Amino acid sequence: MKIPDSPAQIMETLPSVKTDRLPLFLLPALALVALPLIGSFSTWVTLTFAGLAMGMIIFIIASGLTLVFGLMDVMNFGHGVFITLGAFIAVSVLGRMAGFTESPSLVRNLIAVVPAMLAAMVAAGALGLVFERIIIRPVYGQPLKQIMITMGGMIVAVELIKVIWGAQAIPLPLPEAFKGSLLFGETAIEKYRLIAVVVGLVIFAMLFWILSRTKVGLLIRAGVHDREMVESLGYRIGRLFIGVFVAGSALAGLGGVMWGLYQQSVTPEMGGAINVLLFIVIIIGGMGSIGGCFLGALMVGLVNNYAGFLAPKVALISNILLMVIVLLWRPQGIYPAGKA
Amino acid sequence: MILQRLFSGDMPRSKVLTVLLLGILLALLLTPFIFPGAKALNVAAKILIFIVLVASFDLLLGYTGIVSFAHTMFFGIGAYGVAIALTHLGPTWTAVAVGAACALVISLLLSLVIGLFSLRVKALFFAMITLAVASAFQTLASQLSDLTGGEDGLSFKVPALLMDGFQKMIWDADLQQFLPHPRMIFGVEVNGKFVAFYLLAAATLVLFLVMLRLVNSPFGRVLQAIRENAFRAEALGYRVVVYRTLSTMLSAAFATLAGILLALWLRYNGPDTSLSFEIMIDILLMVVIGGMGTLYGSVIGASLFILVQNYLQDLMKAASQGVSQVPFLKDLIHPDRWLLWLGILFVLSVYRFPAGVVGKLRMRARRTT
Repeated sequence: MKIPDSPAQIMETLPSVKTDRLPLFLLPALALVALPLIGSFSTWVTLTFAGLAMGMIIFIIASGLTLVFGLMDVMNFGHGVFITLGAFIAVSVLGRMAGFTESPSLVRNLIAVVPAMLAAMVAAGALGLVFERIIIRPVYGQPLKQIMITMGGMIVAVELIKVIWGAQAIPLPLPEAFKGSLLFGETAIEKYRLIAVVVGLVIFAMLFWILSRTKVGLLIRAGVHDREMVESLGYRIGRLFIGVFVAGSALAGLGGVMWGLYQQSVTPEMGGAINVLLFIVIIIGGMGSIGGCFLGALMVGLVNNYAGFLAPKVALISNILLMVIVLLWRPQGIYPAGKA
Repeated sequence: MILQRLFSGDMPRSKVLTVLLLGILLALLLTPFIFPGAKALNVAAKILIFIVLVASFDLLLGYTGIVSFAHTMFFGIGAYGVAIALTHLGPTWTAVAVGAACALVISLLLSLVIGLFSLRVKALFFAMITLAVASAFQTLASQLSDLTGGEDGLSFKVPALLMDGFQKMIWDADLQQFLPHPRMIFGVEVNGKFVAFYLLAAATLVLFLVMLRLVNSPFGRVLQAIRENAFRAEALGYRVVVYRTLSTMLSAAFATLAGILLALWLRYNGPDTSLSFEIMIDILLMVVIGGMGTLYGSVIGASLFILVQNYLQDLMKAASQGVSQVPFLKDLIHPDRWLLWLGILFVLSVYRFPAGVVGKLRMRARRTT
């Protein structure tokens, strides 16, 4: 056997891993099955778009959670608090920039929204750092305590948010240029949903690029697969983990802003409510897998919207049903991340 | 000896703890006489019900080492079972029995399914699945308003004995000639609430002792072995999945019974009284603060927590008004923020004294002897 001397040749001699494409067909299949059930094409487009938008926001929030679990076996039951914090920061920032949000110009709106998002990400990231240091660090490798302590951390943090912003729901109106819908023939697509889908895709592309094309991403993926091996090669997985945790918290903060704008109001309990959806998404996706998380989030979004239209009573348990069906098919989730 | 048998050989093992437990027992039993007023009686009844509920959760969390977030679901099933049966079948004991039986069957089946489906994998997975299922159940209960009364819940009549039947019984039996004031005992009116309270106390005591018997049986030892090291327990020949599932079902059954007691006491049930996630958090806090893995912890935890919940707010109100000039501090000790302080206590207890109040007391007793 010839010894390869260039990277390209090395890649050729390595056995290639068969890509698992089957789950990619789930989304189109789901959408196609829903079409005849819904009947009207324009309604279907609207619903599909709403589902995708919701799925994208959930993905943004859940991506950090699933990576954190994959890396360190830490399941943060308090992840929801970053969402809440992000949303409340946005309320404060946008509230002070009413002149910008109320103007019909898109540019002026963005001048208000982009800083709000950045502030939310910074605040949520900072809280994430504190959370990791104080709450999670002492209980590595103790799942029982982890569950309780992260829950406890969330209780305390939510109460502190209530101390600062009060316990009531606060309206978070969409900026003027984000309101209304675009009309394509008979189908109406809400502008904000379009924006959510675009932002979600950008985030997914960025995460995908980081994970598959950079050294940090390589280390993260390797860490998810086999933490001890990466450590034995001399990398400090602990630092990597903190980085991922903070980044994941910041993304949750961003997701919180988007979710708050989507709902047009924020409450201290909103994070806890989304927590449940997050868990379903990362269980469906395979705990630790970013691709699975993306597919899972979109599926949950779609199923939620289709079921909400077709059978509102079933919509409530549709997520659970989806999860059960997926787990019957693949007990470890769509893309098992090398963990049992 | 009798005491040893009654407590299944699991005595408090600490003088302070014994005094505390006796104090709680006496205070609860004498509430109608020493603390007049409806609020005190309701608080005492809530403590009684939550002792059962928290102890049943401890069966799962403290003794088997499983975190479930679906415990209030079973509590709610019990409460709704009785509520729906009494609403539709009228206020008879048959209705109570039918509702209770249905609720128990549903709880057992549901916990069996959840257990078999998700207990094979990690503790985390079970916690997440139960959280999802419980939240779905909660929304379901508030949506199926034809059956459950939706957000408003159900108000219903309970069997006559628990309402005003007791007085009628005394009158009908011509007992009034023997008693100076047949409606009064030591200046306290013997009405339906009075009877219900003591039935509740008796039920709590029996259920608590049954659970104490359970965790101190060979079965209970296996559960603790699984908590300590599931792998070794399996190697010793105990089917871990089977035991974990059984533990889930048992704790679900006791939670259902607690729910039944709640519905009978309140004569009302709705999503917020028995199903809400806040209650789930509350019982988690009670178990941990009281002490995981000891049923006495549930007595201490439930009593402490509910007293704080009901009376700390008054204290905080006074304190908050005292510092009404200091802007941030004023909000921190606002009466609505009581959960903040209990949350901090909870986090500290998980770190500092995972065995809770009871564990601390027992450790101290062991050190001094």
